[in-house]
Amino acid sequence: MGNAKPERRVYLDYVATTPVLPDVLEAMLPYFRDVYGNPQSLHYWGDAAREAMEKAREQVAVLIGSSPEEIIFTSSGSEANNVAIKGLAQGQSGKGKHIIVSAVEHFSVLHAARTLEKAGFELTVVPVDKYGFVDPDEIAKNIRKDTILVSVMHANGEVGTIQPIAEIGKIAKEAEVLFHTDAVASAGNIPVDVDKLGVDALSLAGNEFYGPKGSAALWVRKKVRLMPLMDGGVQEGGRRPGTENVPAIVGMGEAAELAVKDMPSRTGKFSQLRDRLINGLLSAIDHTILTGHPTQRLPHHASFCIEFIEGEAMLLMLNSQGIAVSSGSACTSRALKASHVLIAMGIPHEIAQGSLLFSLGVDNNEADIDYVLEKLPPIVDRLRQMSPLYAKFVKEKRG
Amino acid sequence: MPMYSEKVMDHFMNPRNVGEIKDADGIGEEGNPVCGDMMTFYIKVKDNRLEDVKFQTFGCGAAVAVSSMVSEMAKGKTLEEAVKITPSLVAQELEGLPKNKYHCSNLGAQALRRAIRDYAQKKGITIEGLEEKGEEHEEGEEND
Repeated sequence: MGNAKPERRVYLDYVATTPVLPDVLEAMLPYFRDVYGNPQSLHYWGDAAREAMEKAREQVAVLIGSSPEEIIFTSSGSEANNVAIKGLAQGQSGKGKHIIVSAVEHFSVLHAARTLEKAGFELTVVPVDKYGFVDPDEIAKNIRKDTILVSVMHANGEVGTIQPIAEIGKIAKEAEVLFHTDAVASAGNIPVDVDKLGVDALSLAGNEFYGPKGSAALWVRKKVRLMPLMDGGVQEGGRRPGTENVPAIVGMGEAAELAVKDMPSRTGKFSQLRDRLINGLLSAIDHTILTGHPTQRLPHHASFCIEFIEGEAMLLMLNSQGIAVSSGSACTSRALKASHVLIAMGIPHEIAQGSLLFSLGVDNNEADIDYVLEKLPPIVDRLRQMSPLYAKFVKEKRG
Repeated sequence: MPMYSEKVMDHFMNPRNVGEIKDADGIGEEGNPVCGDMMTFYIKVKDNRLEDVKFQTFGCGAAVAVSSMVSEMAKGKTLEEAVKITPSLVAQELEGLPKNKYHCSNLGAQALRRAIRDYAQKKGITIEGLEEKGEEHEEGEEND
């Protein structure tokens, strides 16, 4: 093991980011080379750039079942979430100061809400169950007269669980509270329809569905008041000033169109591969738990905690075999804290350290999964042989 | 750019002295699984020298590499020499550790020191330099 070139390279980290599909790249290239105008300019170059941008807006709108004019392009999912949480809260601050988010939100939602809390807003963080589900009743219970915003993510990127957004949407609507969902992990991967979900705002990111990095959007329902985070020009209706990233926007649009077209076939393929991985891994490695819900999960997502060993160590050894994955262990995070998602789900710290997450994409096939199933068990074995926790466990079992 | 030096990767992928010494003369544990890293060191002492050093580690690449390096540095040393092994010496021998790994994962020297202390207590002896604080891992630091 070590420096030898791996037999195979298998990318299983599509939730971290997807590659850009060839058709998407092709669609983008003219907007670097030829159509380089500023969409705000009133000449030939500006007109052409604006036209491309508006086409992309329509393509993204189709993906989420919205009107194009309700789409605000941003530079990342994190930016979209920040604009949503801070912009919506500040837009409604005349009505109240109370915000509700779930405990498993991405940090761009959770920390944005914490920032508002420091600025005088009140925050309720609702818990989740062992699958990572938010109980809609828990939202209903916590809505107060002065509640102005609820934010619950559509699907969780770490454990794959898909939340009952439509149910929460009904509750929020009845209470006349704005409802935002972070659909960064889900949009482009599973059907997303803003009306069916009953949301008022939704974040999505192009690089989660084969668009380029730096392409993302926030959808905000018409007539909902949103304060911009940045001051500047009139771009995106003044809600997100700054010269638009036309090539990225065009790429996101193309990726959205492909996602609409290919979603059924992708989903079929991914869920089959995912189940092969889940079943294979659970039967090959004992003391392993599937994190998140077994069926209510993203089709391209499989996440586990492998007991007695630590995620980064597994990740590095898998990397040496050419396999790319993620982990929510403390050691893999720069903050050196175990995933707040796993902890919120009640998984003990030492087990959360064994987190490993696989996310599938268009380039994967059965041979990739079988390669993982061949390479991972000996790695786990090796690390367990090294682990004092495993040694203790074995001793206790022997009595 | 890889996060770890080649030396760290070598010690992680091919750790030296992994295992348990059944009739160890001293055992030392350091860290806890909450912060992500935990190490147990076992020592065998003969004529005031570390005749054998073995370890078990739960943790990241850095934690495994640190344990392996400490075991290699300590083996054959007198007890007085072994207690002079510090986290910064270990990091130096490993050609550096990422900044954010320095406190959490660099626990090998302390675990070894605990094993030596365990031995000294059992034998009722004092070892020069053993009780010096040096740059010991501060309690609670891993929670930062």
